[in-house]
Amino acid sequence: MKAFGGSAFFIDRDDINTDEIIPAKYLTEITKRALQPHLLEDLFLDGKEFDTQADDFQQASVLVTRSNFGCGSSREHAVWALEVNDINVVLGESFARIFRQNMFNCGILAVELSKADIDKLFALAQGDGTIKIGIELDKDTVVAENGKGEKVECSFSMNPFDKELVAAGGWLAYADQKY
Amino acid sequence: MGQTIAEKIFAAHLRDTPTPENMVLDIDVIMCHEITTPIAIMDLVDKGMDRVIDPKRIKAVIDHVTPAKDSKTATQAKIMRDWARRHKIKDFFDVGRNGVCHALFPEKGFIRPGNTVIMGDSHTCTHGAFGAFAAGVGTTDLEVGILKGVCAFRKPKSMKIEVTGTLPIGVYAKDVILKIIKQLTVNGATDMVMEFCGPVVEQMDMSSRMTLCNMSVEAGATSGLCLPDKVTAEYLWPFIQEDYASLEDAVEDFSTWHSDPDAEYAETLTIDVSDLRPQVTYDYKPDKVKDIDDLAGARIDQVYIGSCTNGRIEDIRAAASILRGRTIADTVRGILTPATPAIYSQALDEGLIKIFMDAGFCVLNPTCGACLGMSSGVLAEGESCASTTNRNFNGRMGKGGMVHLMSPLCAAAAAVTGEITDPAQFIN
Repeated sequence: MKAFGGSAFFIDRDDINTDEIIPAKYLTEITKRALQPHLLEDLFLDGKEFDTQADDFQQASVLVTRSNFGCGSSREHAVWALEVNDINVVLGESFARIFRQNMFNCGILAVELSKADIDKLFALAQGDGTIKIGIELDKDTVVAENGKGEKVECSFSMNPFDKELVAAGGWLAYADQKY
Repeated sequence: MGQTIAEKIFAAHLRDTPTPENMVLDIDVIMCHEITTPIAIMDLVDKGMDRVIDPKRIKAVIDHVTPAKDSKTATQAKIMRDWARRHKIKDFFDVGRNGVCHALFPEKGFIRPGNTVIMGDSHTCTHGAFGAFAAGVGTTDLEVGILKGVCAFRKPKSMKIEVTGTLPIGVYAKDVILKIIKQLTVNGATDMVMEFCGPVVEQMDMSSRMTLCNMSVEAGATSGLCLPDKVTAEYLWPFIQEDYASLEDAVEDFSTWHSDPDAEYAETLTIDVSDLRPQVTYDYKPDKVKDIDDLAGARIDQVYIGSCTNGRIEDIRAAASILRGRTIADTVRGILTPATPAIYSQALDEGLIKIFMDAGFCVLNPTCGACLGMSSGVLAEGESCASTTNRNFNGRMGKGGMVHLMSPLCAAAAAVTGEITDPAQFIN
């Protein structure tokens, strides 16, 4: 199975919705690749426009956020916008149902952690900007490490069916084989 | 132990249980529109899987941007149109016959109590008003639905929402659901099916029940549901009269889809609406809701009456009752979008379109339109819209715009005064 993880980017907000992840005006695109420059371009953080060009965001392959990530529309474009930006894991306290399902259906990870663990990850990020996060799916653990070698390790529980979808490479591959 | 309606529907459609918590269901109705379906079609074609499980189970419409506004939307529509022809999907609705999916498909009688329904649209939960399990899904789920006729869901947990009391004059289903979302918050019902019941829901017509179910996803719910009864049977009668000897027979059959008295709910919420004031959203989340009195006087630049939430004939009648003989404020742009051609035609017959036009409204063809800022009616930065739609996310109707969600009555009152206004003063 493919490895999940990499450099992490932290977005400290609840209820980031699908319109913020990918605005509706891009839903007329018929390729996933066309979404690449527009990820999170309508996001506001603390009243300010989010800088989608920031280097650490551009290099991220893991997103760490708060609760109810991906609420709103069913548009899988929101997940594809992450995918074509090489983000393969989102860690959060909770996810909106359709978004979470879309993640696993695409064979990438929506990992739910307790608020306390998410707080620890945010605290780790305070000290050093570069956080690497690795996911060990067979052990249900997340390991985060900063540039100074300080580590945070936490465990999660993931629905075994969601894991099967990821192992199969997504829902279409799974369903085509089984039904 | 008894079962909820959702548990009964899941049991009746169960194809597989990959784990005790996950259920793969056979899907009765797979609905498609031109925003989320073309990529599914193209992916299936690319993979050499350009098949459909059963053209009769697939319903398709071009509704989000229609008629096409540019080459990209024309291409999306063409992919849908060619696919529908290629697979002999008879229930395909194109320009002139198309309307907002969640208003059009019920109107065509496509949904029955006990059905399972999916669509690549989060407001698919609207169809739960008919006692169906209807859920919004992404493009991959839609693809698998089209190809295999199945979809996976977690084992349903139900939340019972009992609406009691008597709705005051000028207070509608929209106010009830906004109040419920305020109480639950935007993720208060995540992974749950919201079952709306109680005397107020029993007395509601199908249009109002659709408004309730439509916004259940705004509390995070997988779906909303109403128990199918005489009101449901009367609405569906033109489509089911050959299946039943009488309306009473249909009602009795539908009652098999009622939750058992000893069914277990994960949560129960009782809301007495007797003193409910009209509800309006502020800020950028649908749970940011206040009584209209607390927002009265806020400036409005645009009024939008339409969408799958409140673009039906009942909504247009309610708004027209205020607009009749009045003109809208000079500072306001009024936009009416009847949700389907049949609604548009009915509004013409009843003289309602003339009332809107005389008042100064622009009347658009049936489309999702301004609701998600994909075509006509986009806001400029700093502008605000009094809207009968379902979502007020930041940038939804245009970057930097503010959407205040409210009932058609409140939206009409805002059009007249140019600011958020209690409609009571305009109600005879």
